[in-house]
Amino acid sequence: MRTENQKAWFFVLPVLALVAFNALVPMMTVVNYSVQETFGNNQFFWEGLGWFEQILRSDRFQAALGRQFLFTGMILAIEVPLGIIVALSMPRKGFWVPVCLVLMALPMLIPWNVVGSMWNIFTLPKIGLLGYFLNDVLGINYDMTQQPLSAWITVVVMDVWHWTSLVVLLCYAGLVSIPDAYYQAAKIDGASPWSVFRYIQLPKMKTVLTIAILLRFMDSFNIYTEPFVLTGGGPGNSTTLLSIDLVKIALGQFDLGPAAAMSLIYFAITLLVSWVFYTLMTKDDAE
Amino acid sequence: MKKRSIIPILYIAFLMLPIYWLVAMSFKTTNEILSGFSLFPQTFTLENYITIFTDPTWYWGYINSISYVTLNTILSVCVALPAAYAFSRYRFLGDKQLFFWLLTNRMAPAAVFALPFFQLYSSIHLFDTYLAVALAHTLFNVPLAVWILEGFMRGIPKELDETAYVDGYSFPRFFVTIFLPNIKAGVGVAAFFCFMFSWVEMLLAKTLTAVEAKPIAAVMTRTASSAGYELGLLAAAGTLTIIPGAIVIWFVRNYIARGFAMGRV
Repeated sequence: MRTENQKAWFFVLPVLALVAFNALVPMMTVVNYSVQETFGNNQFFWEGLGWFEQILRSDRFQAALGRQFLFTGMILAIEVPLGIIVALSMPRKGFWVPVCLVLMALPMLIPWNVVGSMWNIFTLPKIGLLGYFLNDVLGINYDMTQQPLSAWITVVVMDVWHWTSLVVLLCYAGLVSIPDAYYQAAKIDGASPWSVFRYIQLPKMKTVLTIAILLRFMDSFNIYTEPFVLTGGGPGNSTTLLSIDLVKIALGQFDLGPAAAMSLIYFAITLLVSWVFYTLMTKDDAE
Repeated sequence: MKKRSIIPILYIAFLMLPIYWLVAMSFKTTNEILSGFSLFPQTFTLENYITIFTDPTWYWGYINSISYVTLNTILSVCVALPAAYAFSRYRFLGDKQLFFWLLTNRMAPAAVFALPFFQLYSSIHLFDTYLAVALAHTLFNVPLAVWILEGFMRGIPKELDETAYVDGYSFPRFFVTIFLPNIKAGVGVAAFFCFMFSWVEMLLAKTLTAVEAKPIAAVMTRTASSAGYELGLLAAAGTLTIIPGAIVIWFVRNYIARGFAMGRV
């Protein structure tokens, strides 16, 4: 049991100072921009909540937000079940366990822009392995730079490739913590594989699975570098996710006001959904 | 058992294919790449790697990346250790709120912070230094390190602390000589994660650097566009960015599953 001690604050101070410097100052800058209009020369005019209204009503933002939710939804719908299946079928002990784990973790350790370039090289028609295979062997017309559907599938498959291992590793950690006795008891009771999964494995994986979903939600919702390098948001606007659109507005068009307002709305949405997951998680911890 | 292992094998094969392709491309000449499809390099060449290891703009990219990543890892773990200890051992005013606030920084889209970070670090004259990137990356690495370390520390019974105090240990001595060795797996895992997320993050690293501290990724985009589309060179540079991660992960392979679960299994 943890004891009450207000002096513990001193231990937290370095972290607090560092993160406050990094988070509060930039955040206030963003808030500052979001309520002002500028015409350059460092002259600012009060704009109130105008930018927020404009962003929320704009078709462009709504479309990007829609694409973002579709993307994150697809990512969670594919990666979570796939991760559970792979984790369930992994060996529990032996020589192959560390080998499997290291190989699976490898995609996560590749810089994000390299991931984008790698998939670009991989999917080029005529030159790339996948592009060649689909176009010239299977005869499917596939060109990411021309067809929105191909681009979408490629971005999703790339993320599945990149991050499913996170779900696998988390679930695997939950699974190895189940004592053998549980399985033996299930065997004696004649439990089917499904009931073993439903009543033994799934409850044990609950905490780690929540962490996995939380992390996957946050990271896929904030994704920028990989799709930007791979498709640049195109063809057209078809794969322009929220972050890509935001950077376009902020650094491309230098519309600081709208970009700042959009940042705050974006952050608020991420925060809200993550908070729901977090409360679910800590509720489990308390039990 | 045998039948089941087909799923991990297929999954790993799927993971390895794009990596194989990147490595294969790095050993091909530009001519071979553009002339058509070949599964294996026909004219095996080390030309691309030689270019990278002899051209300072290229290899300094790697040195820069490794420098700020190392700096960030040390910084993040050092400040996270006492904080994680406080969270795992004591209740204090606002602890839960503080913990959640720390985590929210992990949720902030990096794109939101790119421009303000540029202005902030320019104004304190840190722009284009290792320290700027290392400090900026603490935004998401420190909360993560606190989270992981707290999970590991919670697993150490409180009796250990109390026994040490009864034996007359001072807090710093107890922390360094008794507590740290007990959670060294946790420290390793936390350091690994800091390394990993600092190594793979590119948007902030690119925004905060120009010449002196330019990360390898920025070198890659620039060289790729200025010298035409040299896919072989790009592939070789990409292949080399995989190696540090592969080395680091080998050291923590036995803790990696538990580490990913943030010590919460």
